[in-house]
Amino acid sequence: MRGREDEWTGLMRSAMAGDDAAYHRLLKAVTPVLRAAARRGLARAGQPPDQAEDIVQEILLAVHLKRHTWDSEAPFAPWLFAIARNKLIDALRRRGRRVFVNIDDFAETLPGEAPQETASAGEVAAQLNTLPQRQRDVLQSIAVESASIKDTATKFSMSEGAVRVALHRGLAALTAKLRDH
Amino acid sequence: MDTDQLIRSLAADNAHRAPRVGTMLTTALLVAAPLSILIFATFLGVRPDVMTAMRNPFFDMKFAVTLSLAIPAIIVSLHLSRPEALMRGWAWLLLLPVGLLAVAIGSEAMMAPAMPMTMRLVGKNSRVCLIAIPAMSLPLLAGALFGLRHGAPARPALAGAFAGLVSAGLAATLYASHCTDDSPLFVATWYTLAAAFVAAVGALAGSKVLRY
Repeated sequence: MRGREDEWTGLMRSAMAGDDAAYHRLLKAVTPVLRAAARRGLARAGQPPDQAEDIVQEILLAVHLKRHTWDSEAPFAPWLFAIARNKLIDALRRRGRRVFVNIDDFAETLPGEAPQETASAGEVAAQLNTLPQRQRDVLQSIAVESASIKDTATKFSMSEGAVRVALHRGLAALTAKLRDH
Repeated sequence: MDTDQLIRSLAADNAHRAPRVGTMLTTALLVAAPLSILIFATFLGVRPDVMTAMRNPFFDMKFAVTLSLAIPAIIVSLHLSRPEALMRGWAWLLLLPVGLLAVAIGSEAMMAPAMPMTMRLVGKNSRVCLIAIPAMSLPLLAGALFGLRHGAPARPALAGAFAGLVSAGLAATLYASHCTDDSPLFVATWYTLAAAFVAAVGALAGSKVLRY
């Protein structure tokens, strides 16, 4: 457990220093842990586990948009679990339950829980359709068609800078919509 | 959208760098400050006998008290803007203005009283104080909340209350140069009431706007 968390901290430091691949690896590595915790939280609140993926995606978006609040001298896991816990409580509250989230939900993952293949979720996809055309196009291109920023720029005859701006604004708008809907 | 796809788009946005919360808070307070100063200059102004007043340690003490509220409140609110932050270990900072006031009240009590205690306590400006401090706080409070929105506070209402204390501390610093009531008893009563009110407004607003 200790080793895993040290590895996360190292990856996050590289990510903040501009290593996109390390960031990608980190997000992939934490996702199964978040998913397991979201399922446990839902189960405890008597909710069907099929909403876990929506919660996981909300956590990932919040992690992304608030990563500047992480102190690079501090370990990454407590910061991550604090955000995850906040988002899980929020999500359960929105579903109208009294919630008790156990911090251990995040601290421990059972060894038997194999990292699942990716799962899709409805809420992000639904909110995606309400974004302005340009942001939606850019997000679709990068996320769904896995095009690079450069290819996306060529495809829509935009500058790479404009693609980056549209991508970031799209992600921020998605997060705000998920929070407020 | 499946989670792998979302992760891909987040990784593609890794180059985006957001400013630190401290930078946002400072900028927002600097933008808001002229509005509060405008309210001060229009309706209040520095007291006419300020040169004589500066020779009175109880006049100077007012600024020590208000700044010992504002500055620690800035530090605590920045701390609370992190998702994993706990209040534990930080609350003592709030004792600074309280301690200063206690010392000031103690030393005033040992001096031959210039005025009866009730007159020092009630003063001439209690109503102005209760209106002016919250009024000058409002632009600063809006600024502080705007800056802190950039963070990820675990407890939005608590962070909002501290935003209220930041703005009340700064507004009270301005107000202190206007008010002719220098008795620490006056400060302890009316400034505290005004600051508590602004903190409550901040907590209420924070619980709405500081959720992330």
